[in-house]
Amino acid sequence: MSDVKKIATRESYGNALVELGREHDDLIVLDADLAGATKTGVFKKEFPDRHIDCGIAEANMTGIAAGLATCGKVPFMSSFAMFAAGRAFEQVRNSVGYPHLNVKIGATHAGISVGEDGATHQCNEDLALMRAIPGMVVINPCDDVEARAAVKAAYEYVGPVYLRFGRLAIPVINDPKTYQFEIGKGIVLKEGRDVTIIATGLCVSEALEAAVRLEADGIQAEVVNIHTIKPLDEELVLASAQKTGKVVTVEEHSVIGGLGSAVCDLLSEKAPTRVLKIGINDEFGMSGPAKELIAKYGLDAEGIFHKVRGFL
Amino acid sequence: MDNLQLKQTANEIRKGIVAAVHSAKSGHPGGSLSAADLFTYLYFEEMKVDPKNPKDAARDRFVLSKGHVAPGLYSTLAHRGFFPVEDLTTLRHVGSYLQGHPDMKHIPGVDMSSGSLGQGFSAAVGMALAGKLDHADYRVYALAGDGEIQEGQIWEAAMFAGHRRLDNLVLVIDNNGLQIDGNIEEVCSPYPIDRKLEAFNFHVINIDGHDFDQIRSAFTEARNIKGMPTAIIARTVKGRGVSFMENQASWHGAAPNDEQFAVAMEDLEKAGEALCQT
Repeated sequence: MSDVKKIATRESYGNALVELGREHDDLIVLDADLAGATKTGVFKKEFPDRHIDCGIAEANMTGIAAGLATCGKVPFMSSFAMFAAGRAFEQVRNSVGYPHLNVKIGATHAGISVGEDGATHQCNEDLALMRAIPGMVVINPCDDVEARAAVKAAYEYVGPVYLRFGRLAIPVINDPKTYQFEIGKGIVLKEGRDVTIIATGLCVSEALEAAVRLEADGIQAEVVNIHTIKPLDEELVLASAQKTGKVVTVEEHSVIGGLGSAVCDLLSEKAPTRVLKIGINDEFGMSGPAKELIAKYGLDAEGIFHKVRGFL
Repeated sequence: MDNLQLKQTANEIRKGIVAAVHSAKSGHPGGSLSAADLFTYLYFEEMKVDPKNPKDAARDRFVLSKGHVAPGLYSTLAHRGFFPVEDLTTLRHVGSYLQGHPDMKHIPGVDMSSGSLGQGFSAAVGMALAGKLDHADYRVYALAGDGEIQEGQIWEAAMFAGHRRLDNLVLVIDNNGLQIDGNIEEVCSPYPIDRKLEAFNFHVINIDGHDFDQIRSAFTEARNIKGMPTAIIARTVKGRGVSFMENQASWHGAAPNDEQFAVAMEDLEKAGEALCQT
């Protein structure tokens, strides 16, 4: 896949904001001293008056976003997932979630693919935290095309949305000419009958590659891209689980509370199915190049391939 | 309103507070009563609001950062005509829209949900920022507790407001000197509050929060301050107006029983009668 174009979804976030900013005067971007890293710098350059740097103060940034939203603005508050969902959790819960304000949270540097900065900055708990807030939409796009579409959809949706982006450049797997994004609608990328692999974020391209290798071994895996963790596409997950009878979830997040838990919550109630959750197993991350960490934690195609083989 | 009318209104608002908390059998009367005169001035004199059009985009905004004194805000909003005064006694009852802490989704006139200390002021700063971005002329008021300013988020917001020169923003601090665990000076002193806020680039005014001349003069002064936000530090008495609640930290978050309720209402009735004779 060396000829495939690679773009980090945080870049997609910044670029999408610029495009939306040209059409919508009410869009405001907030940062907490990380505009260079969250890639909102391009927005700041084009719309300096609508870019608000709050300094290193994520709790206050969240409250400011809430206040702006009450006055009709559509704020996108940007920071690393660790700080947007982690540090500011209670502000997001009480100042944004409870009043159901139209605030968008652009959380970059999610998961272990932060790389060298290590465990303090690798947020593997954000999906769990955000999923638990009533009324919060939680989106984890898998590539540049999907990420840009997700930002646009988040702008158009009225209510709080958590958008999860990564630091690492990842393959662009969707065709921008035909791709269609709808909040809460999963996408079947490959049909199969032996096992369903449900992936999200950067694990989607890895799962697709794993499916190709499984196919060579005679295993027909169905690959489902779940970009919206909440609300989960229950219909699609149930249909695929009932078709294959075996489900594997893959996410760059703790196995506690993220995609795997959301799928298990659904299946245990409506269609009990054996599920293998692939993710970070109740442990903190560590420093290292992102690609090496993804392999170390078994989230690359190789790791997924072996775990699915073992599961079947 | 002249001072006598303001005092009479504040007295009625205090009755509403005591009745609501008594009916709920829980709630926060102490800080509601200490802030009652401030609430009265804000809603009956200072702020441009319309009970018939509570979401008017041009209105002045108020955020109760010390959200636990919701009974004070609710009683004020009810007496100002945002909803029926009779509803005050549904406070904290299952099914009532009058939640234990302010809920902007269901309560007419509440501009921001609040209650988790330190958070409301940031939202007020966001509203003031929106006003600046839109070149709108509405003003934004936030009421914080003197214990509440122990929260770090207050100072994050203050730093931002000072930096952005938000002169459409007024932070009022209800300095009643008491918090749940006792005297604020003994728990974790926030003093000197005025010099701290001055260092964060606020124009600071110290007043007696029960003296309507001083309250009026402070808010008038704040309107004329350009290029920086204003903080009004209002020295108040916790539980003001109810004899046995005054200056007692124990009345921070406790409801009067039937007997105490009767005494409290008698205190307020007498105060009302005295005002009629002036």
